[in-house]
Amino acid sequence: MSKETVLSTKGLGKQVSSPEGTLTILTEITLEICSGETVALVGPSGAGKTTLLALLAGLDNPTSGVVHLCGENLGSLDEDGRALVRGRNVGFVFQSFHLVPSLTALENVMLPLELASQSEAGERAKKALESVGLGSRTSHYPRQLSGGEKQRVAIARAFVTNPAVLFADEPTGNLDTASGERITELLFDMNKQSGTTLVLVTHDKNLAARCDRTIELEAGKLLA
Amino acid sequence: MMTSLRFALRSLSRDLKAGELTVLVVAIVLAVTSMTAIGFFTDRVARAVQAQAAETLAADLVIRSPAAIAEQNITAGMAAGLRTASVLDFPTVAIAGDTGKEGRSLALVTAVSSGYPLRGKVLISDEIFATSYASEDTPEPGTAWAEPGLMARLDADIGSVVQLGSAEFRLTRVLEFRPDQSFGFMSLAPTILVHIDDVPAMDVIKPGSRVTYRQLFAGTTEAIADFQRVLQQELGQEEQLRTFKDAGEQIVAAIDRAKRFLTLASLVTVILAAVATAMASRRYALRHLDTVALLKSMGATQSFVLRSTLIQLLLIVAGTAIVGTFMGFAAQGVLAELAARYTPFALPSASFNASSLGLVTATTIAIGFSLPHLLQLRTTPPLRVLRHDLAPPQLRTSLVYGVALLALIAMIWSIVQELKLLLLIVGGLLGMTVVMVLAGWLLVRGFTRFRGGGGIAWRYGLANISRRGRESVVQIVAFGLGLMVLLLLTVVRNDILQDWQQSLPEDAPNYFLLNIEPQDWDGIASLFATELGSAPDFLPLIRGRISAINGTAIDVYEFPNREGQRYVNREANLTWTATLPESNRVIAGEWWPEDYDGQLQVSLDERMARNLGISVGDSLDLMVGGEQITAPVTSLRLIEWDSLSPNFYLVFSPGEVRELPQTYLSSFYVAEEDRSVLKTLLQRYPELTLFDLEVTLKQVRDIIDKASLAIQYVFMFTLLAGVVVLLAAVQITRDERRFESAILHTLGARRRQILQGIAAEFIALGGLAGFLAALGASAIGYALAKYVFDLAYTIDPVLWLAGLFSGALIVGITGTLATRKAVNEPPVRVLRNG
Ligand SMILES: Nc1ncnc2c1ncn2[C@@H]1O[C@H](COP(=O)(O)OP(=O)(O)OP(=O)(O)O)[C@@H](O)[C@H]1O
Ligand SMILES: [Mg+2]
Repeated sequence: MSKETVLSTKGLGKQVSSPEGTLTILTEITLEICSGETVALVGPSGAGKTTLLALLAGLDNPTSGVVHLCGENLGSLDEDGRALVRGRNVGFVFQSFHLVPSLTALENVMLPLELASQSEAGERAKKALESVGLGSRTSHYPRQLSGGEKQRVAIARAFVTNPAVLFADEPTGNLDTASGERITELLFDMNKQSGTTLVLVTHDKNLAARCDRTIELEAGKLLA
Repeated sequence: MMTSLRFALRSLSRDLKAGELTVLVVAIVLAVTSMTAIGFFTDRVARAVQAQAAETLAADLVIRSPAAIAEQNITAGMAAGLRTASVLDFPTVAIAGDTGKEGRSLALVTAVSSGYPLRGKVLISDEIFATSYASEDTPEPGTAWAEPGLMARLDADIGSVVQLGSAEFRLTRVLEFRPDQSFGFMSLAPTILVHIDDVPAMDVIKPGSRVTYRQLFAGTTEAIADFQRVLQQELGQEEQLRTFKDAGEQIVAAIDRAKRFLTLASLVTVILAAVATAMASRRYALRHLDTVALLKSMGATQSFVLRSTLIQLLLIVAGTAIVGTFMGFAAQGVLAELAARYTPFALPSASFNASSLGLVTATTIAIGFSLPHLLQLRTTPPLRVLRHDLAPPQLRTSLVYGVALLALIAMIWSIVQELKLLLLIVGGLLGMTVVMVLAGWLLVRGFTRFRGGGGIAWRYGLANISRRGRESVVQIVAFGLGLMVLLLLTVVRNDILQDWQQSLPEDAPNYFLLNIEPQDWDGIASLFATELGSAPDFLPLIRGRISAINGTAIDVYEFPNREGQRYVNREANLTWTATLPESNRVIAGEWWPEDYDGQLQVSLDERMARNLGISVGDSLDLMVGGEQITAPVTSLRLIEWDSLSPNFYLVFSPGEVRELPQTYLSSFYVAEEDRSVLKTLLQRYPELTLFDLEVTLKQVRDIIDKASLAIQYVFMFTLLAGVVVLLAAVQITRDERRFESAILHTLGARRRQILQGIAAEFIALGGLAGFLAALGASAIGYALAKYVFDLAYTIDPVLWLAGLFSGALIVGITGTLATRKAVNEPPVRVLRNG
């Protein structure tokens, strides 16, 4: 595994204006994450973990500082430019799964392939579903799946494009312990097989413990 | 591009399969179907009507002139591929030519070339008042066909000889009907039909004689139109063009009204469909915010989202336009079939003139009512995948409503093409919407305070109305519009159609009698009393010519248009009366009192006044039998020409006009089996002129029947559109209700209680919407009857109660049924966020 940096920030800050004045959510976040590394972002509720994740993935703009993702300075790109960077390099897994309810499991997994107009989307999606153990549920709709199954579909969808970085916001947050463990296994399997960098926001001690590194956040600041 | 196309195709087919687009697609298809069905059908009817109207001219186009028609115009017509025939009309004295008989009478000679009439048929019979049949040819040279009135006056029979000028003719047929026997009182003498080659032998046409030359033309619509364009330049000073547009007032009026009914029905359908489309699109956009945010997190750009949204909409437009147009075509087939079954009037086959209408309708609705909502999807922030409450920046309200209003105006305009009607409809719609929004808002506010009374379900339901605020108001407006249409369709439509049909009852007068002298009143009345059991009324008839307007002589008066010139070119028929005729309505000024006997006043037909540039307060000079009379115009009347009762452009107040030379006219109904009384009448009073109205009556009744039927059928689409709006409105809050009821379930509420709460909410919304809808329906019914159809309509407050209860019932039931499924879903599944 090469040790080049895939994700780095420098002096990252985020403020929002609210009725009570300006609110500082993040201050002076500087960090570096290497290719293939697994990183857990932990901290108490309201610490700014989700906000940081959004900035790292280019879903939101920082008020100050810079983010480099896979060699691109996200701050120099517009929304569409960042979307293209995500499309090429990034996968997501969310706490509440975010499957499209009108699409079957297979169609949900095909979605990113179709967006990138890749060939054999159906075949590859089917393989991805098989690799998370849902090969027999391809034509089921999200409402016909359990929470754990839904999250496995989401993982298949995140990995089907072979992203360099996978971002997950509390991927096991909505699941019972057994399902949570299953999801954790899958994520780390993917990391081993494809060298995908994992950036996981989590309250789950087990999950955090399995990561190479833990970054702790409190009140918008990194704890050394 | 290829990616977005492929992607758009895939997601469209998935959305269709998942039912995400059902309401949207059904709404647009319905609008297209209704527009094209009516487009196809009215196109056919218009052509049928044109054909019928052409019959009243005996041609598609006629050149009329007091002098011989220029030869080059006739050859130009023939060169354009038109059929043609010549007609000469002139009055002369007819003398019974047989020895021993000495009857003589003024007659109107109509001399025709073979081929006449080019449109319609001449009806003849072999004996006076025998059954008539259609003639296939024209009188042979040397023979003549005479109207029964003329035969009675000459005491002539079939086979008798009649002398016209220096020529003698043998009567071979009784002339019962000519298609071009112009309805009106132009000719006060009975007609005798002869061959045009016999005219020189009569030797009666001298310089200065009253002769009308008519050249008839018939052919394809295009050829006629081309020819008409050519003629416009070539026409001589005295030559006049007449086309089907100049057909009788009665038929034009009936057709006009029929068209308005149909037009209105399709208009309402389209407006409802547009409302449903807007609601469905908004819902679609809201439901797809998450998907778009997800796509963006996976790398979709704004332009990709925009492209694939546009492509999807484009495909929807194309699909709905095609499906709707085919359905419209099929529907008009049924419409025409229905029309053909109940009436003997044949429709020409459908043309594809109306097919572009489908695409235009679908496009307009999509752009005006769907696109703004869908465009918003493009700006969904990708961060929404992590922060669910993030929505795209709100579209500017003025933009959304502005675009919709523009589209609405464009659609209404394409249908009605009349500024007054456009303003009435748009104003009415906006007014209704504003009233409903205000009332809905008041209700929402009202329920914020309302907390006591009723069971828990009721309290919960009513509280929901105020909690949902904006959605509740939208629902009230949508339910209100839907219900209003349903009420208009069921109640008001019946009233208006009934009024219309009753305007021509079975025993509507079918004969006019002219030239009655006052000394004959008693005799005629008693003949009718003994033979028919009823005595007719006598109306005075004076013939005069307008000589000056506001003191300006007619020769130098500036008319606002050519039409105006026509009114003064001919002698007008005037009458005087104390009471306003039944089929007349005063729309400006005031009618004189019943017992008025003061200074002379005159009341004008409103359209005539417009064409002459006259309004109330102006003064008119008329020449009547060498005497000049002057009268101020004190009122303008709207005349229901299709009532077929005797009507006059000019009506005077009683008074000095009594002294003018006048005869009387009467109109009455004579049943088929009583026709012999007419023969007795004409023999006893040979100077009378009898007009047979049966044919015109039948034409107008035909139009009314056919139109009523078509309207009932077309209203089915409107009804469907109303239902779609109701469904779209129920759907607005469905997702929310689904989630709520799941939560309530988990909190221990029983299914029944939840359903009752939902029912209470819908009943309250429906009741208010129904009440408002009934108010709107009576207002619209009244306005339609008064301003569009010229019919009487009385507002019935019972309708308002009916609206309240039917609204509560219909909305209560459909709303509860439509959400029942959501309530019945296991709460776990809902809360698990499927
Ligand atoms: N757009 C915003 N406007 C105002 N406050 C915001 C906004 N976004 C985030 N916040 C606030 O910033 C803080 C950090 O939010 P964030 O969601 O990043 O926390 P978190 O660490 O993910 O918490 P949790 O573990 O509960 O998910 C919170 O106090 C939140 O209320
Ligand atoms: Mg968070």
